[in-house]
Amino acid sequence: MSARTEVELAATVNGQVRAMDAVTGATNALDWLRAQGLTGAKEGCAEGECGACAVLVARPDEQGGTRWTAINACLIPAASLDGAEVVTSEGLGTPGELHPAQREMAVRGGSQCGYCTPGFVCSMAAEYYRPDRRACDPGPERGPNGFDVHAMAGNLCRCTGYRPIQDAAFALGEVPDDDPLAARLSRPAPAPRATVLDGETAFVRPAHLSDALAALAETEGAVALAGSTDWGVEANLRHRRVPLLVALDHLPELRTFEVTPERIEIGAALTLSEIERALAGSVPLLEEMLGQFASRLIRNSATLGGNLGTGSPIGDAAPALLALGASLVLTSVRGDREIPIADYFTGYRQSVREPDELIRSVRIPLPLLPRSSFLKIAKRRFDDISSVAVAIAADLDDGVVREVRIGLGGVAATPLRAVAAEDALRGRPWDLGTVAAAATVLASEGTPIDDHRASARYRAAMLEQSLLRFHASTTEGVAS
Amino acid sequence: MSTEGNALADRPRSSVVGIEVPHESAALHVTGAALYTDDLVGRTPGVLHAWPVQVNHAHARITSISVDAALAVPGVVRVLTRADVPGINDAGVKEDEPLFPDEVCYVGHAVAWVLGESLEAARLGAEAVEVAIEPLPAIVTIEEAVEAASFQGTPRTISRGDVETGLSTARHRFGGELQIGGQEHFYLETQAALAEVDEAGQVFVQSSTQHPSETQEIVAHVLGLRSHEVTVQCLRMGGGFGGKEAQPHGLAAVAALGAVLTGRPVRLRLTRSQDMTMTGKRHPFHASWEVGFDDDARIVALRTTLTADGGWSLDLSEPVLARALCHVDNAYWIPNIELHGRIVKTNKTSQTAFRGFGGPQGMAVLEDILGRVAPALGVPADELRRRNFYRDGQSTPYGQPVRHAERITQIWDRARETSTFEQRAAGIEAFNSAHPHRKRGIAITPVKFGISFNLTAFNQAGALVLVYKDGSVLINHGGTEMGQGLHTKMLQVAATALGVPLDLVRLAPTRTDKVPNTSATAASSGTDLNGGAVQDACRQIVDRLREVAAPLLGVAPHDVVLADGRVSAAGGGAELSWYEVVAEAYMERVSLSAAGYYRTEGLHWDAVRMQGSPFKYFAYGVAVTEVDVDGFTGAYRTLRTDIVHDVGDSLSPLIDRGQVEGGFVQGAGWLTLEDLRWDASDGPARGRLATQAASTYKLPSFGEMPETFRVEFLERARESGVIYGSKAVGEPPLMLAFSVREAIRQACAAFGPVGHSVELALPSTPEAVFWALTAARQAQAAGRPAPRAEPEAHAAGSNGLLDGVPATPVPAEG
Repeated sequence: MSARTEVELAATVNGQVRAMDAVTGATNALDWLRAQGLTGAKEGCAEGECGACAVLVARPDEQGGTRWTAINACLIPAASLDGAEVVTSEGLGTPGELHPAQREMAVRGGSQCGYCTPGFVCSMAAEYYRPDRRACDPGPERGPNGFDVHAMAGNLCRCTGYRPIQDAAFALGEVPDDDPLAARLSRPAPAPRATVLDGETAFVRPAHLSDALAALAETEGAVALAGSTDWGVEANLRHRRVPLLVALDHLPELRTFEVTPERIEIGAALTLSEIERALAGSVPLLEEMLGQFASRLIRNSATLGGNLGTGSPIGDAAPALLALGASLVLTSVRGDREIPIADYFTGYRQSVREPDELIRSVRIPLPLLPRSSFLKIAKRRFDDISSVAVAIAADLDDGVVREVRIGLGGVAATPLRAVAAEDALRGRPWDLGTVAAAATVLASEGTPIDDHRASARYRAAMLEQSLLRFHASTTEGVAS
Repeated sequence: MSTEGNALADRPRSSVVGIEVPHESAALHVTGAALYTDDLVGRTPGVLHAWPVQVNHAHARITSISVDAALAVPGVVRVLTRADVPGINDAGVKEDEPLFPDEVCYVGHAVAWVLGESLEAARLGAEAVEVAIEPLPAIVTIEEAVEAASFQGTPRTISRGDVETGLSTARHRFGGELQIGGQEHFYLETQAALAEVDEAGQVFVQSSTQHPSETQEIVAHVLGLRSHEVTVQCLRMGGGFGGKEAQPHGLAAVAALGAVLTGRPVRLRLTRSQDMTMTGKRHPFHASWEVGFDDDARIVALRTTLTADGGWSLDLSEPVLARALCHVDNAYWIPNIELHGRIVKTNKTSQTAFRGFGGPQGMAVLEDILGRVAPALGVPADELRRRNFYRDGQSTPYGQPVRHAERITQIWDRARETSTFEQRAAGIEAFNSAHPHRKRGIAITPVKFGISFNLTAFNQAGALVLVYKDGSVLINHGGTEMGQGLHTKMLQVAATALGVPLDLVRLAPTRTDKVPNTSATAASSGTDLNGGAVQDACRQIVDRLREVAAPLLGVAPHDVVLADGRVSAAGGGAELSWYEVVAEAYMERVSLSAAGYYRTEGLHWDAVRMQGSPFKYFAYGVAVTEVDVDGFTGAYRTLRTDIVHDVGDSLSPLIDRGQVEGGFVQGAGWLTLEDLRWDASDGPARGRLATQAASTYKLPSFGEMPETFRVEFLERARESGVIYGSKAVGEPPLMLAFSVREAIRQACAAFGPVGHSVELALPSTPEAVFWALTAARQAQAAGRPAPRAEPEAHAAGSNGLLDGVPATPVPAEG
C-alpha cells in the first residue's frame, strides 16, 4: 500500500466534528456514537433487523445533491463514517424544539416504551426529506402526503402495534423552506474520502479500485465490504475478527450504471436503493424482488456485489438474476473476466471468485423476456429471510412458451436454475396441462431441507405453487 | 355499595383523568434523551463489563471450571464463579434456580461470568474459561417430559358439576388436542443492570426490572445482605411484557456481586442472542380435551388437561398455570367442567410471565374448540360463541360470580354493528366464490379477563407524595414504567386527587428506598394498585390542606374544594390559590408529604381447592377481524380489525388505545407468526433454540398491522371500587387477537366444502395455513363430507405436531 498517513478519522455528527479516538476496525458506528454520549440510537438486535440503531447519513443523490439516508449504525464500522455527515435523533430536535417527525410521533402516541423510537424517527425523517415525496391518493401502504410506509419496514416496535406510528408518518406535511436539514439537500454530499486506520483490525477505504485489489491481494484474511450489512452481522453476532477490512463503498469503478441496447450494467457497489432509483421500474422482475429485499434501512447500504459475494443460497438477488440470464464481471490484479451467474456458485457460500477477486458489476442482457414473476416465501410479509425464492422470466408469445428461465433460492446449497422444469415448459403451449406437469417437475428440483424457517415439504410445495401462481397471473391478470 | 368504593372511583367534576395526554416521556423518547439502564454506562466512570460463560449443552453435570486462561486475557479483571457467592446461590425465591449452577440445565445456561475492562475483553475472557462437563440425558419436548414423568410444581384441578355424565349424555361429543406455541418477549431493550457500591457499602443497582422489590430481595440474599443495604432503581424499561418480572433478578445480582468484589461499577447487558437463549418466555402448552354439546349447540361439559412447559426451573409456572386454568372458560358458561393442569420440567429456558400470564393459553383451548367444531354442529362460529356466553347470575368454574356478564353480549352486539359484520360476511362469500386462489374470512371473538393477582397478598401498593413549599408536587410509587403509560396515569391521578394542573406534578423514578415491599408491575394491575396508593397519599394531604384553608374561607373543612389549582368553598365565594394554601400549611407546621397505601378489597382465593373470588372484576372486549389468505402460499393479510373494549371509564384514552392496539398486534404475533423452534433431534444441537435472533424469530412488523384498525371503548363503563372508575388494560387486549386466527380458519374453510372443519396449528404461520387450506381443498376435491372430530377422535395429530401425547387427564388432587 502507499504510505499510510496519521490523519485522524472524524465525522460530523449533528453538525459537530467529532474525532474518532479509541476506534478500531472492529468498532461499529453505533458503539462509537453511544460512546460519544449520543445514546439515542440503541442496540436492539445488532444485526440490522430492528432499526433501533437507525441514524441519518448524507449520501449523494443522482443529481449532484444530497439525500438524507437512514441506515443501521450497528452494521457499519465506525471508521466507515470518516468524512461523513451524520444526524441522530438528538440532532433532529430537542425536547423543547421537536422536529416535525418527533412532534407527530409524540402527540399521537407513537412511542410507548420509547426504545425503538429514535430509530423510527430517523427512518421517518429520511422519508420526510425524500425529494420525490409528493401528495398522492392514499393507499394501504402510502399516505396522502406520499409517505411510503415501507420506509419504516426495517424498524420494529413491540409496543404500539404500529397504527399511531403510521398515523404520525401520514400526518407529516411538506418540508418548509427554512428547514436546515432540507437546505443541506441541494449541496453535494461529502466527497468520498480515502481512509486508513491501522491496528489489530485495520480498516482502509481506498480511493481507487487498483488500491483495493492490491490491499486484498497483499493481506491474508482481508475482507472486502461495501454496505457491510453481512459483515456487520458476522462481526457483531459471530464475533469474527480479521486483520484488515477493505471498504469498497466509495470506489467510482464499482458505482457505475450503464444501459446500452444490449444490456444493463449495474456497478457492484451501488446500493440497492440506488439501483431501484436507477432502474425506475425498467426491469419489473428486479423491481418486484427489491421491494421484498430486507428493508429500506438495509437496501440503503446493501449492494448486489455483497449479496452475490457472500454466495448465500438464500439471498434474494441470485434467483432473480438467474431468471434474467445475468452475468457477473469479476476483477482482480490479473484483469477482468465475465461469468454467467449460473456458473458462479459452486457450493454452500462458495463460488468461482478467487479470494483476491471482486465483483465489479452485474450485466443483464436485453431485451428482457416479457413476463416475469418473483415469489418470496417467508413467515413475515416484509423484512424477512426467504425460505424459498422463485424468479420466473418467460416469453409466452401466442400462448406458447418460447423461452423461460427459472431461478431458485433456498432449495439447495446454492441458488440454481430449474433446468428440468424449464425443459418441461419450453416450446409447449402455455396451458394448465403443461403448467401442472412442469410444476410437478419444479417441485422436485433442488434438495430442500427442514429448518426453523420451513419444512422441506412446504418448500417443495412452494416450488410447485410458484408456477401455478405465475400461470394464474398471466391468465387472470392478477395473482388471485 | 361501600363508600370506600365510591370515594376511590368517583371523579371530581374537574378532573385531569380522562383527558387525552401523550406519554409523559414522549418528548424524551422521540429525541433520544430518555435514559435506559445501559445508557448510564457512558456517564459512569470506571465501569467493568460482564459477559456470561454459556455452555451449549442441554443437560450436563459440571465437573470443573478453570478460569486461569481467562484471567490471562488482557483486560480481564475477574471471573465470577459459585465460590464467590457470600449469600444464597439462588436467582429466584424457590431455591431451584442456582445463580451459578452445578448442572447445565439448558443450552446457553450461564455457569460463570467474566468481568473485563471492555466488553471485548470480557467476551474473550469468557471464551477462554474452560468448563468440563459430563453429559446427561436431556428432555426437550412436552411429550418427552410426560413420557419420562418429568414434572415440577403442584398439579391443580378446577371442577364443577358432573363431567362424566355431561359428556356421556351430550348430543354431540368431540375430542382433540392442541399444541400451543410459546412466545419470546422481544422487548426492544434487552435485560440490563448497572451496579455500584457506595462509601458505606450500600449497594445501588439500576435494573431494567418490573419488580424492583424482588430484585432488591434477591440481590440482598445473593450478597448475604439485608434489604436496607440494597437499593434498586428502575428509570424506565424498553419494554417488559412480563419478561422483566422475574428474569432480571439474577442478572442484577451478578452485577452487584461483581461490584462488591471489585469495588467498581459493573454493567451487565445481554445481547439479543444471550437474552433469547438465557431468559424465559411465554409457556408453550399442550391441551387434550373432550367437549359435549346439547341439541342447541350449548356446551354441556368440558374436560381438559393443560400441560405447561415450565422449562428448567419453576419460576412463575405455578401462578401461570393457575391463571390458565382460570381462563379456559373465557366468556362462556360451562355447567360441567373439569380442568386439570400440570407443569413439565424440560431442558429449556425457564418459562415465565408474559402478558396474559397463562390466560391466553387457557383461552386458546376453548376458542380453538369452538372454531373447529362449529361446522360439525352446523352452527356459524359467531352464533356458537354468542349462544354460550355467560348470563347474569352465573359463576366461573372456580366459583366467582361473573359481574357485569351482560356486558359481553352488549359489547359483542356493538362490535357486530360497528364492523357491519353481517354485511361484510355476505360480501366475503361473494368474493370467495369469485376467487379460486384467494379467500377471505371474518371472525368475531370475545375476551373476559380477570383482574388482580391470583395470589391475594400481591394486591397491595404504596406511594409517597411530596408537596414542596412552592406548591410543586413530586410523586413516587411502587410501579415501574415499561411503556404502558403507568407514570402518565399516575400523574393524572395525582393532579386529579390534589386538584392541581398536570404540569405541577412530576414523577420520580421507581426506587426501593422510596416505596418498600412493592409488588411486580404485572397482572395489568399497575394502575389499579398504585393509583389507589397515590390517591390515598394525595387525599391525606388534601384533608390537611382543607383544615388549613377552612378558617381562611370561613367554611367547614369538608366544604373546601380543591380543583384546577384553586381552593374554594363548595358554595362559591372567596377563593385561594393552591400556592397560598400550601405556603400557609408550611407556616402552620402542617406536613406536606404523605405515604399512601392501597389494598384491593373483597378478594379471596383458595389456591389448593382452586376456588374463590381471586379477581376484583373482569375486563371485557370483542374484536372483529377480516383476513385475506393466498391459496398458493398460505400467506395472509389482516384487512381490518374493529375492537370494542371495556376499560371502565378511561383514565387516559391515548394511553389506553395504545395498550389495546399494541396488545392486539402482539397477540396476533403469538397466534400467527412468532415461532419458537427448539432442536428436538438427537444431534449435537439437541435443545438448542434455533430461533435465537431477530433474523430467525419474526415479530410483527408494519405488514402485520390491520390495514384498517378501529378501536372503540365501551361507554359509560365506570367500574366502582377501582381508581376513578377505570379498568385495567395491559393484558386483556392481547387475547382479542384470537379473532385473527379464527378469521384465518374461516378463510381456509372457504377453500373446502361447506361444513368443512379446519384444524390449524398454533402459531398459524403461512406454512400452517397452507396445510390447513390444502386439507380443505383435498376435502373439496374428494367430495367427501367434512371430517368430524367426534367422538374421541384426537384428530389434531394430522399436522404432524401433536403425535404421541396421551390425552389422558391427570388424576385430580386429593
